[in-house]
Amino acid sequence: MIDLARDDLLGIYYLMGLTRAVEDATREMYHQGQIQGTVYTARGLEATTVGAASALQPGDVLAPQHRDLGALLARGITPREIMAQWLRRVDAPSQGRDGQLHIADMATRWVLPSTGLPGLALPVAAGAALAMKTRGERHVVLAFVGDGGTNTGDFHETMNLAATLDLPLICIIENNGYAARTPTSSQFRIKHLADRAAAYGIPGHVVDGNDALAVYEITQQAAEIARTGRGPSLIEAKTYRMQGHSAADSANYMPPSALDEWRQRDPIELYARRLENLGLLDDALILEYGTRIAQAVQDALAFARNSPAPDPATLTDRLFAPDPVPPTTEDEIITAPRRAVEREGIWN
Amino acid sequence: MELTNGAATTYAQAVSDALREEMERDSSVILMGEDVGDRAHSHQAITSGLQARFGAERVIDMPVTQSALVGAAVGAAICGLRPVVDLPDADFLSGAFNPIVQVAAKMHWRTAGKLRVPLVIRCSSGMGAHDGPWHSQNPEGWFAHVPGLKIVAPATPYDAKGLLKAAIRDDNPVLFLEHHYLYRRLREPLPKEEYVIPLGRAEVRRFGEQVTIITYGAMVYHALEAAETLETEGISAEVLDLRTLAPLDHAAIAESLAHTHRALIVHEDTLTAGLGAEIAAQIAEHCFTDLRTPVMRLAAPDVPYPAATELEAAYLPDAARIAEKVRRVLCAG
Ligand SMILES: Cc1ncc(C[n+]2csc(CCOP(=O)(O)OP(=O)(O)O)c2C)c(N)n1
Ligand SMILES: [Mg+2]
Repeated sequence: MIDLARDDLLGIYYLMGLTRAVEDATREMYHQGQIQGTVYTARGLEATTVGAASALQPGDVLAPQHRDLGALLARGITPREIMAQWLRRVDAPSQGRDGQLHIADMATRWVLPSTGLPGLALPVAAGAALAMKTRGERHVVLAFVGDGGTNTGDFHETMNLAATLDLPLICIIENNGYAARTPTSSQFRIKHLADRAAAYGIPGHVVDGNDALAVYEITQQAAEIARTGRGPSLIEAKTYRMQGHSAADSANYMPPSALDEWRQRDPIELYARRLENLGLLDDALILEYGTRIAQAVQDALAFARNSPAPDPATLTDRLFAPDPVPPTTEDEIITAPRRAVEREGIWN
Repeated sequence: MELTNGAATTYAQAVSDALREEMERDSSVILMGEDVGDRAHSHQAITSGLQARFGAERVIDMPVTQSALVGAAVGAAICGLRPVVDLPDADFLSGAFNPIVQVAAKMHWRTAGKLRVPLVIRCSSGMGAHDGPWHSQNPEGWFAHVPGLKIVAPATPYDAKGLLKAAIRDDNPVLFLEHHYLYRRLREPLPKEEYVIPLGRAEVRRFGEQVTIITYGAMVYHALEAAETLETEGISAEVLDLRTLAPLDHAAIAESLAHTHRALIVHEDTLTAGLGAEIAAQIAEHCFTDLRTPVMRLAAPDVPYPAATELEAAYLPDAARIAEKVRRVLCAG
């Protein structure tokens, strides 16, 4: 049975609700023209993102992809940071240099920033796992990839490399039915993407991606395997993106019947029922969480809107990390034996 | 400065020595690549013996991949290791374009300085393999355009060692382009004491008065030979070895042109939009009043790298062609 205490279980409920509320507010701002560029949200994926990331321990690394807000919040990234990032303000983690959910913090929350190419976060995640293994740490890396991202070379190369080197990597495939506007039926022929694990000789699991505790539990198991030096796992979370690809996408290609069906299985509703059955949640508490979440969103919005735009004078700052001080002096460098190179007959 | 006891060191050995010394100095330095372990004869035998010495945890044999190999090195670098990736041939950098260009080069800037990528990618580039379109390319043009990358191309054993040490200690991604042709054809006695050559500084290989030949890698030796020939004709050519291709040592270029007033840029890489184009543009913008004749370039023609010796000879600049081009630079005024 799940090893989560009451507070942890309720924490997951709060995070799932917070994820949806932050996303809804973000989409609203987008439609009001307050956010430039593209906004990716993930209504329907809250159980997968929050459930999986909740299995991480301090020092474990999260490598999310472009719509994994729930995982970021579960790792301690704040709604303030998220809103400032969407608005490209100076108080955002990337200070306006990047406007997507590519958040970096390897100091205290252990989040590797994603990159705007599906699948490309995976090798980087494997490298973080390699660092853990090299240093003999008992940490793991949790990486996310989409159903679309599993068709890239980076997915295959990374899973094979991680398997060969026994890296402590857990890869969650968010099978949400679509890669942009392309349904999974036009992307691959196999029934379960988790079956690809067999090609790498690693465990593969299919899990109900709308069941937060099921996702938590399987991630936890894979983490235990990885933590004890037994290598990577592949987990396919079957779920559904209950919206278009981005906030600009009308989703007119998504069958209404499918949307209806998945709405019946809304992960937040499912989880609330579960907690109610366990006697942990009631209407009063639901209301209380609703208020707290709304306050957190309002606070984040106010924070982000008050944050200044980045100063154009900083545009070219910090392209390179500062040079280390060379330990030898200029003199020594210049007195080197320049002419002594033996190059007689070099072209023969 | 004391030299090693008489024994001159090859370029390949200098690279090998730098790796060993840096791994001894700093336990966060690791090697990753195909055949970097002690099995068989690894590429130029440069990493031979390092796995026995430092263990398979630090000298890591990888499956054949480019993107995941370099991507994993980027991840390890972010997490505090200092990986040195061994890609046998610079040609294969194309397969790692995404992690280099989209991930490593942008990481420090796009995280507003939060993350660092202390990564070195070593590969052998240029002529020497006599193996045609996929084993002799000069990839610097592909990458010199990318903000956030450093590119190093040493021409001597001394520089190979000192620059590799600097590259490993640098907190940024560095492409370290060793020269295939020079691995075993050069020897020089190296200092016993440790030395590190800062990145970003060019070096005058021969002083001259009338024209500066700006080049790097194996072309340095063709340029020196050309300068010797030209001297017999009363033409005094300076040879400037760039050593680091990104960032370029603009100051050294300007300083040289301030007294020679003429420039010829020579590289093995193909001509169009190559490094020479950038250098020529920089000279035009910043040294215009020093110039007495137009800046010229000598480079490989805009075709893929050929295999046959006869074609290769036609493809690459050599001393005779450099000398001829210098004569043209001198009378172009
Ligand atoms: C190389 C590349 N190709 C295409 C895109 C556009 N794009 C962004 S997200 C995406 C879909 C990815 O689908 P999936 O991996 O299933 O993730 P999801 O968006 O469903 O979470 C696409 C095609 C891109 N950003 N980069
Ligand atoms: Mg998808």
